[in-house]
Amino acid sequence: MQVNGEFKPLIVAFCCNWCSYAGADLAGNNRLNYPAEVKIIRVPCSCRVNPMFILRAFQRGADGVILCGCHPGDCHYTSGNYYTRRRMALLFSMLDYLGIEKERTRVEWVSAAEGAKFAATMNDFVEKVTALGENKRLEDLRCKK
Amino acid sequence: MQRIGVFVCHCGTNIAGTIDVKAVAEALKNEPGVVFSTDYQYMCSQAGQDIIKNAIAEHKLTGIVVCSCSPRMHENTFRKTAAAAGLNSYMVEIANIREQCSWVHKEMPVGTEKAIILGKAAVAKVNLNAPLTPGESPVTKRALVIGGGIAGIQTALDIADAGFPVDIVETKPTIGGKMAQLDKTFPTLDCAACILTPKMVEVAQHENIRIFSYSEVSEIKGFVGNFDVTIKRRARYVKEDLCTGCGACTEKCPQKKVPNEFNLGMDNRRAIYIPFAQAVPKVATIDADYCTMLKTGKCGVCSKVCTAGAIDYQAKDEFVEEKYGAIVAATGFNPISMDKFDEYAYSQSKDVITSLEFERLTNAAGPTAGKLLRPSDGEHPHTIVFVQCVGSRCAACAEKGKEYCSKICCMYTAKHAMLTRDKYPDTDVYVFYIDVRTPGKAFDEFYRRAVEEYGVHYIKGMVGKVSPEGNKLKVQASDLIAGKQLHIDADLVVLAAAIEPDKSARPLATMLTASMDTNDFFTEAHPKLRPVESPTAGVFLSGTCQGPKDIPETVSQAGAAASKVIGLLAKDKLTGNPCVAHSDENMCNGCSTCGNVCPYGAITYEDKEFRMPDRTTKMRRIAVVNEAVCQGCGCCTVACMSGAMDLKGFMNKQIMAEVDAICK
Repeated sequence: MQVNGEFKPLIVAFCCNWCSYAGADLAGNNRLNYPAEVKIIRVPCSCRVNPMFILRAFQRGADGVILCGCHPGDCHYTSGNYYTRRRMALLFSMLDYLGIEKERTRVEWVSAAEGAKFAATMNDFVEKVTALGENKRLEDLRCKK
Repeated sequence: MQRIGVFVCHCGTNIAGTIDVKAVAEALKNEPGVVFSTDYQYMCSQAGQDIIKNAIAEHKLTGIVVCSCSPRMHENTFRKTAAAAGLNSYMVEIANIREQCSWVHKEMPVGTEKAIILGKAAVAKVNLNAPLTPGESPVTKRALVIGGGIAGIQTALDIADAGFPVDIVETKPTIGGKMAQLDKTFPTLDCAACILTPKMVEVAQHENIRIFSYSEVSEIKGFVGNFDVTIKRRARYVKEDLCTGCGACTEKCPQKKVPNEFNLGMDNRRAIYIPFAQAVPKVATIDADYCTMLKTGKCGVCSKVCTAGAIDYQAKDEFVEEKYGAIVAATGFNPISMDKFDEYAYSQSKDVITSLEFERLTNAAGPTAGKLLRPSDGEHPHTIVFVQCVGSRCAACAEKGKEYCSKICCMYTAKHAMLTRDKYPDTDVYVFYIDVRTPGKAFDEFYRRAVEEYGVHYIKGMVGKVSPEGNKLKVQASDLIAGKQLHIDADLVVLAAAIEPDKSARPLATMLTASMDTNDFFTEAHPKLRPVESPTAGVFLSGTCQGPKDIPETVSQAGAAASKVIGLLAKDKLTGNPCVAHSDENMCNGCSTCGNVCPYGAITYEDKEFRMPDRTTKMRRIAVVNEAVCQGCGCCTVACMSGAMDLKGFMNKQIMAEVDAICK
């Protein structure tokens, strides 16, 4: 999205309810700034994120999608994040093949105590996606207004 | 079509300071389904909730969106509000415009724009919400306390006094924990044993408490109200019910050279032992690593001297399975290893000791019968140097120590210094500190007494190096206030080692699926408002497993955890989480993929008769979700290849609608 001639990426962040969403809340509690381009969608577990959601986001014009879950071994549902890790490894390599650069997709483990990590991760991710510019590969023109 | 009400909260200036709340309310008015939109100063207040209730009645709302703080904070509040106005409580969605918007973005236009988008996403979702009814599950009225230190003891006693059965699992042969090793306790100088052992006896005699000592939790399944726990009772080779604790075996055992862990290896015990005189249960234990009989099959002295016939060399580890409604983690702490702090010569000299070792040296039941003697030569030390913050507040050396303050060291060092000067006035006592931190009732007065009445030399500055020379320890340190280097010839150096969570906490957290922070302390559900609960329902936190604490704090937290457990066990039924998986039987082809990924085994398969278009019937295998067992992670929904599986409350179409709203 261009705002006053400056490219502002659109970032969708899926956060698991138990660790990463709480980590994002902690970043808020500690007033740790990160770009407003990041919009968070709460899911019960990172393994709830269907690859369909990520494809949909890119189709609708997202420039980057980040998925945050509990650290391996700490999943509230025991093993959900392991599924996430495998599924996303596959999906992201397929997306890379389709021309969605690897830097536009990311899985990050952020615990409920890692507010600082959440903010730092988002700052870094937005910076990387901004450097890549607009995502035009998957964008479905029919979705454009 | 839904009739949606939008309620934008100012949260004082927390939200309204960075977000134009009126503009948000106005912008959301035009969203599909929205029939009412307003803003108010504090939506969670009684007046704010009344606005919601009135709007639900007046505008016949079928769903509401509250733009406010995190759903982790007030989702429940607004669900109750909705329910009070006759709306299904799952027709409520929260747009988090405080923690994830106003608090992290500084500019009003940026924050407002994002808040509107978050609001739109919530509206898009609630448009697709369906009323949900939580299921009910029974509560097993029994609690499990893991750890038998003062935290576990107090929690167990409080729960048991309320009339509920409690089991304590303790890895050591006796309960008592670290407090049993202490000599005196600050700031009142009560003898630790005098106040702890009556509680231990009370635990042993309580009709509602069972102690599984020398045991550990090996498996935890289930969920709040219905945990299935397997407890491994390690073989102690002594029959607990027969042993009278007379101690004859521990006197006659020929294997005398076993480092005594209760005295931190400063003296020896036998291979069959009772950790200390007031141990509970007072039952001997054979240390299989050292017992000659168990290792070579030749000895059997303990069996010969045991008049009760309690010795059983053939004993095996046993596994006990039990059901619990609530689990309390009380796994406690340990001082960190001093291996990485070679500058203090801990490994080079026996006369460099940790504070816990000092505690044993001054304890009447310790290796020196309470006389303060140097471990190396048994001489009385005339100059003692206490080093504070060894591994605590180590921001720059995180690989060596801990970033946090261990909290108890300032006070116990003041206690050690004071008691030393009291008993041995001829001893010079130096304390090197970064800061003296004594917040607590009568704590600062206690520290000042050490300085003013007992003449302890408190020096601001850190010790750089301790080098053993002859029978002295050369201490090099800096005095920051005088601005000079100090050289002290000490006889004994005591290191206030940082404390860290017990090693058993991490595997336990994994079994409990309870979260931990980066230091392996258990995370509480809310740092201020729910300090004794884990975010995992039915799991509670007691004592230092949650963070460094002294005894008074530990006991109050233990009582608080107990009251939460009692509150849970007092219920006959628990309402479950209605956001569970659901399979559309018309789409399911019974392929078993969902069942294979389910971490809870909540999905079973059955054959069902379907009517076909040509009026014949056909049996088909379909997946069925057990809603009482499903925890709602949603893993199966992604695995399902036919798209039959969906998660209530987080349906595919709901999340897609959120994605669409954000990307619009």
